[in-house]
Amino acid sequence: MNIPSSIWTLLIGVGLTLISLWYGQNHGLLPVAASDEAVLVDGLFNSMMTVSVGLFLLVEGVLIVSAIRYRQRPGDNTDGPPVFGNVPLEILWTALPAIIVIGISIYSFEVYNSIGGFSPHDMHEPVAQEATRMPGAAIAATLNDSPAANLNQQKSDEARQDPATASVRNDNQIPQKQNAPGMGVVAPTLGASSDREGKPPEMVVNVTGMQYAWIFTYPETGVVSGELHVPLKRETQINMTANDVIHAFWVPEFRLKQDAIPGRQTEVRFTADRVGKYSLICAELCGPYHGAMKTQVIVETQQDFDNWMTEQQASASTALNQAVAAVDRTDLSPNEFLAPYTKEMGIQSEMLQQIHSFHH
Amino acid sequence: MTQAQLQETANLPALAEEAGHRNWRDYFTFNTDHKVIGIQYLVTSFVFYCIGGVLADLVRTELRTPDSDFLNPELYNEVFTLHATIMIFLWVIPTGAGFANYLVPLMIGARDMAFPRLNAVAFWMIPPAGLLLIVSLLIGDAPEAGWTSYPPLSLVTGQVGEGIWIMSLLVLGTSSILGALNFLVTILKMRVPSMGVYQMPLFCWSMLATSALQLLATPVLASALILLAFDLLAGTTFFNPTGGGDPVVYQHMFWFYSHPAVYIMILPFFGLISEVIPIHSRKPVFGYTAIAYSSLAISFLGLIVWAHHMFTSGIPGWLRMFFMITTMIIAVPTGIKIFSWLATLWGGKLRLNSALLFAMGFVGTFVIGGISGVMLAAVPFDIHVHDTYFVVAHLHYVLFGGSVLGIFAGYYHWFPKITGRMMNEFWGRVHFALTIVGLNLTFLPMHKLGMEGMNRRIAMYDPKFTFLNEICTIGAYVLAVSTFPFIVNAIWSWMYGPKAGNNPWDALTLEWMTTSPPAIENFDELPVVATGPYDYGMGNRQTVQVPLSDEQEPVLAAGPKSILRADPDPAVAARPEDRH
Amino acid sequence: MQSPTIDPAKTALNYHQAHATDSHHAEHPDLRRFGLIMFLAAEGMIFLGLFGSYLAFRATMPTWPPAGTPELELLLPGVNTVILIASSFVMHNADTAIKKNDVVGMQTWLAFTAAMGGIFLVGQLYEYSHLEFGLTANLFASAFYVMTGFHGLHVFVGVSAIVAVLWRSRVTGHYSSEKHFGVEAAEIYWHFVDVVWIVLFGLLYLL
Repeated sequence: MNIPSSIWTLLIGVGLTLISLWYGQNHGLLPVAASDEAVLVDGLFNSMMTVSVGLFLLVEGVLIVSAIRYRQRPGDNTDGPPVFGNVPLEILWTALPAIIVIGISIYSFEVYNSIGGFSPHDMHEPVAQEATRMPGAAIAATLNDSPAANLNQQKSDEARQDPATASVRNDNQIPQKQNAPGMGVVAPTLGASSDREGKPPEMVVNVTGMQYAWIFTYPETGVVSGELHVPLKRETQINMTANDVIHAFWVPEFRLKQDAIPGRQTEVRFTADRVGKYSLICAELCGPYHGAMKTQVIVETQQDFDNWMTEQQASASTALNQAVAAVDRTDLSPNEFLAPYTKEMGIQSEMLQQIHSFHH
Repeated sequence: MTQAQLQETANLPALAEEAGHRNWRDYFTFNTDHKVIGIQYLVTSFVFYCIGGVLADLVRTELRTPDSDFLNPELYNEVFTLHATIMIFLWVIPTGAGFANYLVPLMIGARDMAFPRLNAVAFWMIPPAGLLLIVSLLIGDAPEAGWTSYPPLSLVTGQVGEGIWIMSLLVLGTSSILGALNFLVTILKMRVPSMGVYQMPLFCWSMLATSALQLLATPVLASALILLAFDLLAGTTFFNPTGGGDPVVYQHMFWFYSHPAVYIMILPFFGLISEVIPIHSRKPVFGYTAIAYSSLAISFLGLIVWAHHMFTSGIPGWLRMFFMITTMIIAVPTGIKIFSWLATLWGGKLRLNSALLFAMGFVGTFVIGGISGVMLAAVPFDIHVHDTYFVVAHLHYVLFGGSVLGIFAGYYHWFPKITGRMMNEFWGRVHFALTIVGLNLTFLPMHKLGMEGMNRRIAMYDPKFTFLNEICTIGAYVLAVSTFPFIVNAIWSWMYGPKAGNNPWDALTLEWMTTSPPAIENFDELPVVATGPYDYGMGNRQTVQVPLSDEQEPVLAAGPKSILRADPDPAVAARPEDRH
Repeated sequence: MQSPTIDPAKTALNYHQAHATDSHHAEHPDLRRFGLIMFLAAEGMIFLGLFGSYLAFRATMPTWPPAGTPELELLLPGVNTVILIASSFVMHNADTAIKKNDVVGMQTWLAFTAAMGGIFLVGQLYEYSHLEFGLTANLFASAFYVMTGFHGLHVFVGVSAIVAVLWRSRVTGHYSSEKHFGVEAAEIYWHFVDVVWIVLFGLLYLL
């Protein structure tokens, strides 16, 4: 084992460290951070990136140097030196990764704790119900204790009556779940961040995923929307579930992802801290049009949010009237008829076209 | 006398008189010779690799543009589902079994596997299962719920396709279990008497670890699939929330197998690399025991990390932390292997032929997959990138940058032994260059795509990702092209390549002590282990300066005097003083 | 591709014969027993997977078995359990007998074991036909049928193996105190089926 002389080792080590530190901060791989939680996650990623760059350069460097320096010279058919091992060196390279991963684990643990991963106060006990679960029998909800969840169910039932979603659902294939069954576990997968522990969220939004749309209901006002509007700097709790298959709620700019699982309710909390429009993407394969299942999150100031909410409330009643009136309008083709609804749902009309042509 | 000559001389009595050339028809029959079965595995799975590769290029062609304009979305889902299923169950896993079939009995000096007929049965389960999957695509009802086949989606996408998928996987799983059983018994019980476990080549160690995983984890997949089949066909509701089932239980059962499956797919090739690197660096492998034990450690830890695939499925916080930490710990034995390979290369006399180039490529690209694996283990970051192209990039760096490069290193390295002829070096290097360029073009940009917000398994994506996706697609085409020099080279060399001789690489392991191709029953007499498997450079060791070697520490270092090695058999020991 | 140059004398030898006649090879211990145990380890993992999923369902459900599930009758399965456990001891006598070269004794004990296995299967089918719930009634019902059914399949295979051993033993000298792997394999398998049933019984009926 010929290790380069110590001065070179030192210089290379310093060089590697500097490059790693620089790249770890300037990799430009992540989108803007738009929530309080995102900043913490980015800090974790940056430090992992720093270590990784150093490790990567070390390994590639050794490979390249070996390939050049230790290549077999023409005519030399002898063997290399019989080195079988080196205990201190092996201890070093066992201990070093161990220390690194322990460090990353502790850091991750901290971040996870601060974004509310443990928040045990929010754990809902699954409530035992006199649920009859013979086939065909109505299934009693276990989430009755939580009015929000109930409303969620109610609203999603309503939404399912909506012709817009009816056209993209395949009821014939998936018997829609009426209510969370017995196991209806309420899993607070990301609860209150540590500074807000024990406090209720400032705002609650119920989210239902279905093939291929998201439906947001605001339990305080009863507004139903196809886009998620959240006010700036207010801690928001999302209660989510799914109607048919598993979906996942993902906002890259919030660094936030959670599966919406039929039969369960999951909760995540976050605080948006940057005004803007971000995509909200379904991140769990949910069928052929999985790629089109996306909508927007609009983070706006409290005032804009309030305006939007008032508008929605006002238009809710008129929209309902229109919808009733529209039922009679048989002269329209399904696409024309659905256009205003699908637009609201964030569904592109091309997608509907494709569904009609491909779906049997 | 060099060590290779020493070993060859000691094994002259075992050397058969003539090489075991076979009639080509034998390869299409139910033959119990482990070498025939090995070649059957290797060739069959390579055919499936080509099919899986075509499917991958279909996926990439669709993703060249943001719209769904090449395949219709349902077909797209079928194509990527089959791509993953074929690459995992019909390419990487059977290829590992193929190398093991061919090499393990030779390496341990046995005449065949412990159960030759069982071995043939295990192989012959694979072609029908594979054909079943491909037929499902042709009849227009292929599985389309992804290779993970999560219910409830998999229960509603098409009964025939999903049924075929379950059936096919059950057959492939059974084949894999039977193969693993055979390897375990063979490696544990059929070594030549002069070979203790610490004289086994490292490939045997890695197969030991792999087979243990296959034996213990694959059956759990079978139970998941049985329950899924009942849900699909008989109307039960184990995983269907409509009737009160729980889809998350399926995820647990599926990943209990499918995470170990990742190690089933990489450990054999860790083993291959541990053979290729010392032989072509002309240096003993650095830290034999460390590499051997790290295989076992990975195998054990691999059984208790499965839920890191489910960090966003709503499992409790403490469980996430448990699985995060176990997953992180796997980086330690993996790191030991990588550093040991680097130390083996360092200071050697590297014959930079195609086999070693692929092996070095393996180390260089696998490390990227390893690093992103540690990142993915960190729960808060995983929550962001789970189910995105970052994961796609990670798994392809591990499985392509790792397993596939390892497979190619193995092909180039053992081709002379298997066929008796050398492969063309120039085209081997062309193949290497194209593969490395193609693979990095294809998979490196995916890291950024995933972090920026491109989720996986989608046919249509945000137009802002177009540029990077185009690069990926071009890379995928380069990879497709890179296969042709290899295929042509292999076929041409098999027919017209220069004769290889018995031991073209001056290697020490026993497979090189027989003829090329090996005689029908491998050895005429029992071979002997006259030197350790990696005792290079020992011929004139008195004259060699060994600055950092631990020869003075015989107790712990893995050198020839280490107590960690089994006692040599007195009748055939390498050193005269050990003989009675 | 290449001309066939196989020495027919060599291809004719299969491994075990060659190995028996070849003085260079030290006698390997019989590997079939070891192989069988490995195989049963894998089989055991299938059952463990089923047990694990059952426990997971049980843990996530607020009430278990789900409300409306009729109470399971314990008497018949209890008797069945006793028969199956007893059959393991009966089976062991067959093994003891053949080790003493007592082929008739072995046959007698094996016949008893097979009969007991048969009674178990009939009892199981009787229980199925008198249960108040079907396969798809609820999660417990499904798990009950799938798990007991999968075990029943194994009992059936075990009985078939015993009958096969009996059939082969009609040839004088097929089994002897020296050579009776078939008997041993059937016995090991039978014990395995038995142990699985004990766990299964505990999980489904008692827990």
